[in-house]
Amino acid sequence: MAVQLTDRAAEHVKRYIQKRGKGVGLRLGVRTTGCSGLAYKLEFADEIQPEDTTFESNGVRVLVDPKSLAYLDGTELDFVREGLNEGFKFNNPNEKDRCGCGESFNV
Amino acid sequence: MGLLQISEPGDSPEPHQRKLAVGIDLGTTHSLAATVRSGAAEVIADDEGRALLPSIVRYFPDGRVDVGYDARAAQAEDPANTIVSVKRFMGRGVADVAKYGALPYHFKDAPGMVSIETAAGPRSPVQVSAEILKVLRERSERALRGELFGAVVTVPAYFDDSQRQATKDAAKLAGLNVLRLLNEPTAAAIAYGLDHASEGTFAIFDLGGGTFDISILKLTRGVFEVLSTNGDSALGGDDFDQAVATHWRVGHRIADAKGGDTRRLLAAAREVKERLSFEEEAGVQVTLSYGQSLRLVLTRSEFEKITAGLVQRTLAPTRKALRDAKLEPADIDGVVLVGGATRMPHLQRAVEGHFGKPPLKDLDPDAVVALGAAIQANVLAGNRAAGDDWLLLDVIPLSLGLETMGGLVERVIPRNSTIPVARAQEFTTFKDGQSAMALHVVQGERELVADNRSLARFELRGIPPMVAGAARIQVTFQVDADGLLSVSAREATTGVESSIVVKPSYGLSDDEVARMLQESFSHAIEDRDARALAEQRVEAESLLAAIRAALDQDADLLGEDERADLDRRMAGLERAWNATDHRAIKAAIEALNRASEAFATRRMDRAVSGALAGRRLDEVASR
Repeated sequence: MAVQLTDRAAEHVKRYIQKRGKGVGLRLGVRTTGCSGLAYKLEFADEIQPEDTTFESNGVRVLVDPKSLAYLDGTELDFVREGLNEGFKFNNPNEKDRCGCGESFNV
Repeated sequence: MGLLQISEPGDSPEPHQRKLAVGIDLGTTHSLAATVRSGAAEVIADDEGRALLPSIVRYFPDGRVDVGYDARAAQAEDPANTIVSVKRFMGRGVADVAKYGALPYHFKDAPGMVSIETAAGPRSPVQVSAEILKVLRERSERALRGELFGAVVTVPAYFDDSQRQATKDAAKLAGLNVLRLLNEPTAAAIAYGLDHASEGTFAIFDLGGGTFDISILKLTRGVFEVLSTNGDSALGGDDFDQAVATHWRVGHRIADAKGGDTRRLLAAAREVKERLSFEEEAGVQVTLSYGQSLRLVLTRSEFEKITAGLVQRTLAPTRKALRDAKLEPADIDGVVLVGGATRMPHLQRAVEGHFGKPPLKDLDPDAVVALGAAIQANVLAGNRAAGDDWLLLDVIPLSLGLETMGGLVERVIPRNSTIPVARAQEFTTFKDGQSAMALHVVQGERELVADNRSLARFELRGIPPMVAGAARIQVTFQVDADGLLSVSAREATTGVESSIVVKPSYGLSDDEVARMLQESFSHAIEDRDARALAEQRVEAESLLAAIRAALDQDADLLGEDERADLDRRMAGLERAWNATDHRAIKAAIEALNRASEAFATRRMDRAVSGALAGRRLDEVASR
């Protein structure tokens, strides 16, 4: 079981955490909400929970709770630029379909 | 598809629920937008990666509009229809505009604000500014992939009400929801996170393309107050280009540079100036209109010598601003550099020399105002975790209150309260059976209504008949983030309600606010006595009314001597009421109270025995 960050994603995460001035890593997760049933969660983490699984990817500590990990295994987090818009994108092999917004998906 | 940003712990937005908010610096020469992504403020660049948008709008006869670089390129070719520096005309009449000297525009006086005749018809400064804002809104919506929830737009600290209103109108016209207008120096301070300190005094040194502004800000409990502003509306980075161009023209004997050559020289000067911030020596090749090709070179020390006078010119307004704030350079906890021209090393040295400490310059000085506005916009849009400190940046300048009996002011919201704010206070009726109450909303620090500013009057009707003082009327004052005051009154037992909306700052200049404050200090003692007099008079009236009512009912309880004594005391109180010594009224009230004590006791006995007469003890006990 693993979750990874691309080089570009790691670079941006490190910069954002540095700008923020605190944080032990990046939390990836899944919530049961949204137009396609599930939604991604992408947050700064200030503490590690005992149940978290921790990954180290490209120098960034990634935290995932056990319920989310079931949906996220094998996911790669990328940072992309699309026109003027830039941000993070989940490349999740478990994903079956997603709504147009990309914030919500189904497995 | 949408891309995600990193949220604060526990604060991931619901899908489609993230509120997109931007900060916009609507500048005289340049404008730009910024937003907060993954917790960090960033500028929003256009398709070519440029963040700055020249604040220039060109109108075509067919109604087409160019904004930004294209418009700037056409400035020389079509000056009458290419509007530059429109910010100077915001909220201004023809008389104000005349002081800018010869301008290539055809102005028309319109009610309230000038209007400019263009190929596309008359355009007000509000409409021109709206074109600039529209470009930034569209750029932001493309960059953020969605409709904007709102924007914070910055204005100079010295902008008056009509200039602020014009800026707000322009934003509305551009389809922006204005979350708040923010003072430019305050935005710069926020960009540097100075609002996270508990308190401090800061100088914001803003040298833009054509204007210089210095502002002294004071931070107390998260609120920035502008202590003073000063500046030079005819000093900016462009003057440094001019100085260099003139230096070359003289040195290379370029006689009577033609229009095109002047522009070429200025462009070369600008390029060399910018490179000299990083290099010791810079040169450019320029081909003039008559075919002469010149290599123009300048060293940093030459540049600094040529422009030393311009640097010096920033210091006089700086000293004045400090003096107005009654501060010494050493009192300043931090100096923030704003504006592209502050990149020049000799300017930074001059600022450091004046304040005795190195200025803050880590952020891009062209973007710092927009970045601060973006941070504020993000907070106002509610995109921060609960528990994070809210930025409370505005305070009400003068207290707001209500007129009470005797022409006195009951203050409901004290001055310097941070907004938004809501305060409620309970009032009651003064007369038996009073069925309506007149509410008079006033603004100011003086004790008597007559000395304050009247804002609004309204009435609450339908109060049920009750004895004086029994009605409970809840009056709520609420000031929203834009300084809009609404006052509502509600009678507790019946729920009857009445309300009114007013804009307290309307038409009040900073000077007037300062004057009203000053007067409240200089009249403090007079005001205290006036309040005491009014209070004693109200008390006297109510006592006299009560005794007269008692005499109507129970005069037979008094002996002749007693009655004469009471009448004498009452006449004494009436005489004291007519004079202006509150102590005399107080003494007369006390005397009348003593004189009527026995009478009051007897009345009480009569009332009690009346209530008990003909009843058995157990009946009374069970009541």
